[in-house]
Amino acid sequence: MYPKDLRYSSEHEWVRVEGGRVRVGITRFAADRLTDVVFVELPAAGAKVTFMQPFGVVESVKAVSDLYAPLSGTVVEVNPALVDSPEVVNSDPYGKGWMIVVQPDDLRELERLMPVDQYVVAIGEAAP
Amino acid sequence: MTPRGRGGNVTTGVERRTQHKYIPATDAEREEMLRTIGAASVEELFADIPSRVRLDRPLRLPPALSDPELMAQLRAMADANVHSDRAVCFLGAGAYDHYVPSVVWHLAGRGEFLTAYTPYQAELMQGELQAGYEYQSMLCEITGMGVANASMYDGASAAAEAAVMAKDLTGRGEVLVSTAVHPEYRQVIRTYTAPLGLRVTEIPYRHGLTDLDAVARALSPRTAAIIIQHPNFFGCLEDGAACAELAHRAGALLVCAVAEPLSLGILEPPGAWGADIVAGEGQPLGNHLNFGGPYLGMLATRQEFVRRIPGRLVGATVDAEGRRGFVLTLQTREQHIRREKASSNICTNEALLALAAAIYMASLGKAGFRKVSELNLRKAAYAREAIREIPKFRLAFEVPTFNEFVVRTPLAPEEVNRRLLAAGILGGAPLGRWYPELSDAWLVCVTEQRTKAEIDRLVALLEGFR
Amino acid sequence: MTPFDNAQGRPRDFPVIFDFSVPGRVGSSYPNPDVPDTPLEQLIPASQLRKEPAALPEVSELDVVRHYTRLSHRNFSIDEGFYPLGSCTMKYNPKIHEDAARLAGFARLHPYAPAEGAQGALRLICELEELLAEISGMDRVTFQPAAGAHGELTGLLMIRAYFETRGERRTKVIVPDSAHGTNPATAAMVGYQVVTVKSDARGNMDVRALREAMDGSVAAIMLTNPNTLGLFEEPILDVEEIVHRAGGQLYLDGANFNAVLGVTRPGDQGFDVMHMNLHKTFTTPHGGGGPGAGAVGVKAHLAPFLPVPVIERDGERFRLDDQRPQSIGKIRAFYGNFGNLVRAYAYIRSMGADGLRQVAETAVLNANYLLARLRSRFDLPYDRLCKHEFVLSGARQKRQHGVATRDMAKRILDYGFHAPTIYFPLIVEEAIMIEPTETESKRTLDEFADAMLAIAREAQDDPEVVKTAPHSTPVKRLDEVRAARQPDLRWKPR
Repeated sequence: MYPKDLRYSSEHEWVRVEGGRVRVGITRFAADRLTDVVFVELPAAGAKVTFMQPFGVVESVKAVSDLYAPLSGTVVEVNPALVDSPEVVNSDPYGKGWMIVVQPDDLRELERLMPVDQYVVAIGEAAP
Repeated sequence: MTPRGRGGNVTTGVERRTQHKYIPATDAEREEMLRTIGAASVEELFADIPSRVRLDRPLRLPPALSDPELMAQLRAMADANVHSDRAVCFLGAGAYDHYVPSVVWHLAGRGEFLTAYTPYQAELMQGELQAGYEYQSMLCEITGMGVANASMYDGASAAAEAAVMAKDLTGRGEVLVSTAVHPEYRQVIRTYTAPLGLRVTEIPYRHGLTDLDAVARALSPRTAAIIIQHPNFFGCLEDGAACAELAHRAGALLVCAVAEPLSLGILEPPGAWGADIVAGEGQPLGNHLNFGGPYLGMLATRQEFVRRIPGRLVGATVDAEGRRGFVLTLQTREQHIRREKASSNICTNEALLALAAAIYMASLGKAGFRKVSELNLRKAAYAREAIREIPKFRLAFEVPTFNEFVVRTPLAPEEVNRRLLAAGILGGAPLGRWYPELSDAWLVCVTEQRTKAEIDRLVALLEGFR
Repeated sequence: MTPFDNAQGRPRDFPVIFDFSVPGRVGSSYPNPDVPDTPLEQLIPASQLRKEPAALPEVSELDVVRHYTRLSHRNFSIDEGFYPLGSCTMKYNPKIHEDAARLAGFARLHPYAPAEGAQGALRLICELEELLAEISGMDRVTFQPAAGAHGELTGLLMIRAYFETRGERRTKVIVPDSAHGTNPATAAMVGYQVVTVKSDARGNMDVRALREAMDGSVAAIMLTNPNTLGLFEEPILDVEEIVHRAGGQLYLDGANFNAVLGVTRPGDQGFDVMHMNLHKTFTTPHGGGGPGAGAVGVKAHLAPFLPVPVIERDGERFRLDDQRPQSIGKIRAFYGNFGNLVRAYAYIRSMGADGLRQVAETAVLNANYLLARLRSRFDLPYDRLCKHEFVLSGARQKRQHGVATRDMAKRILDYGFHAPTIYFPLIVEEAIMIEPTETESKRTLDEFADAMLAIAREAQDDPEVVKTAPHSTPVKRLDEVRAARQPDLRWKPR
């Protein structure tokens, strides 16, 4: 449900470090709560994102949520599959359902994100 | 009527009431219901309202009328008006006297449509939803646009919402609005945009058309949209393609207001010459004049802007057995989900009038829509050329027009109208109230409803007014 | 009517009007021109002439009549059955109102007819203003707004103009967490920052939270009273004092005005501006989503900002006045949804003071009766006297049987009723919001209560039948996800 090698934000984004870059998506918890995702609005490559500021929007039929940047930096890649198949956010949130790849301004910002054990407590899926 | 003392007595099940035909509960039923609730009186049910704010007297309203009395009174009020069945109407200016086929309101007025709510339970409301989908489809056909919403309040507010939409789409802070756009539309655009910091710059007209040189000078990287009306408020045909090109070259959008959609039977549609948003008034499509409302706001745009369109959208889908059905869709744009981040606050729209418009367009059909449009064009052209020949009357603008044109009159247009009304004719709109430089100008409208004989009579009367 | 495709035994799609189209068929009759047959190119430039005619359907008049009559059979209306949609006041829409609105003197009256030729219409608007001012306790009323949300926009624009005139810069609008979505959306359209204040355990606005949120930067509070839980805001006088002492304005969302007609007047509760949904309280039909009519009443200090024109009475003569320099301008063309003003006027005149008070009393009686009949089988998050509506929760059914409120709402359709409003207000889990209105008989209320109780039993004994409902509607449960993922918003030839 919540991979151990990721870091998590309080707004339910996950971050995977890949070399000097990070890949970003939303957690299983967020995807389940939204129910069937029907639309994802993402910035274009080259856009700047700021720690815990909205960078996009994810929508289901009856709900809409802002996506918050877990790190500050520059978007270098956007998941093209989400345009036609937003459902992969539900079916494979940590794999095919990734959203953007960011070149972080400062990787040390990762320290402000939660490790998995802390995140599962935050969402009430484990005892503190 | 039950006499009432001070202190806000509420009728109880025991007290005698006048039984009203819209309120079925009888005294006996009231008592039974109160027993189930466990309350001694209806008064008790209002115990949570502080006495300081209770009304301690009956409302001061005129006595209730029975149905025959009510109808007599309303008929007297209606009869005090000069309507288009009683006077020959040459008045347009954003509200048009067209023939409404009998089928339109026999069908749209059916209680099943009239007394239904917004289709929140789609399975139960396929009629309304499908009619909305058909309306959206037909509106796309006549405007040449990719997508249309299920309706807005009216043409003016649709134009204002289009301006806001252009701001959101471009991220820019100014709209250029032609002064040849309906003056009331321009007022509404200003009202809607002012609190959002969207600047409205008016572009002058020249020879009855939006001054394209002035547009070119006013365009800047801040321009979100150019807003024109076509045919414009003076009835003149704008060069929409040139406006669109100017807008697009500057990275702005072209918003085309259409106050007379029947023009689209004969005119190249805005979608064909580059308009990005069409905002219009659907009253001419099967709706009566209604002293200005309810009318039908139309909004159509390019397919790629669909997620920025305000208001309700009907979409086709399938049911659990694979059968086609219709639902309200892309609702995350709307206020009930996005709240303060919604694309507009609009909720209730003009669904019934969209239904009427769909029935009207289907009745006219491909050939009829063109024929009615052509009739408007020809009759107005005949009237225009006849009035041009009257000494001391002249045309204000020598450019092509659709079913309206501006005449400069030797007497004040208000005086012309006074004399015409005495002869059973509702004259055109005097333009001086909106355009001081056009205080002797008169906007005449000739729809398919007008016969040659009526036009000839108008001309004969005008000849006597010199 | 469900047409079947015999070859496959699968129900066929219900046709769209385009499916009936046959080239050359016509459905209308217009004369040939009685004016000269000038070639079109001489009337308009060839470049402006439409090249392809609009691809409207080519159908006969009977095709049109049958198609839209059949569509009407695939709809649910008040005329057909009970419509307990909370917050929507789905009361009977009298037929005489339709006859009145369609009188030629109203329906065929041009908005720019000279005032001397529109005295009857202007009188009606003016008298309706006087009637609603008395009913609401406000000083002036405008009818320009086309709907409730449009009325909210008008009201907040006037509040904004009021503060501008006074040289005060206020940036925030407070809304309770139980508010209609239109409230925050409207505040944002007028450039205000939205501050949400929570409700307390009794379902009232939390006075302490309001006191903390209220300061000189708040322009207005938008309140619904009775609120969307169907509860009268008991601390209304405290709210009034807190807001006014800080110089703010009180806006009333009048969606629930039906509950208090003739019992209490918003003007006397201290509201400075309110909108009235004529399509709720005053019986104008909803038309499948509109047209509505949103009348906005204001106290005298806001009257200079009313949209233009206002209608003024000089004895028995009526005129339009647009010379009002402080006006917010116009919020739509012309004067509003006049046809609905005729209906609302007819309603008030046929009810009178006693009749309107009976409306409120009976609406509240009916709601409390239904509540009493249903409370044992559903959770009741706020256990108080309700006004014209009440909010239950389907949380118990969801937790115990996996049956969501959405499922129960769909199941109600099978019993021949429209569903209540669901999942609103947002502060109630699995919310079921029921508003019976005063025009329903005890018999209808009992039938509905029996159906709700039966569904509660089904949720327990046969949850599948509820979860797969509806079973008797023209289509089965529709795939909203597909509609949103692959938007199909217009018909295209195949």
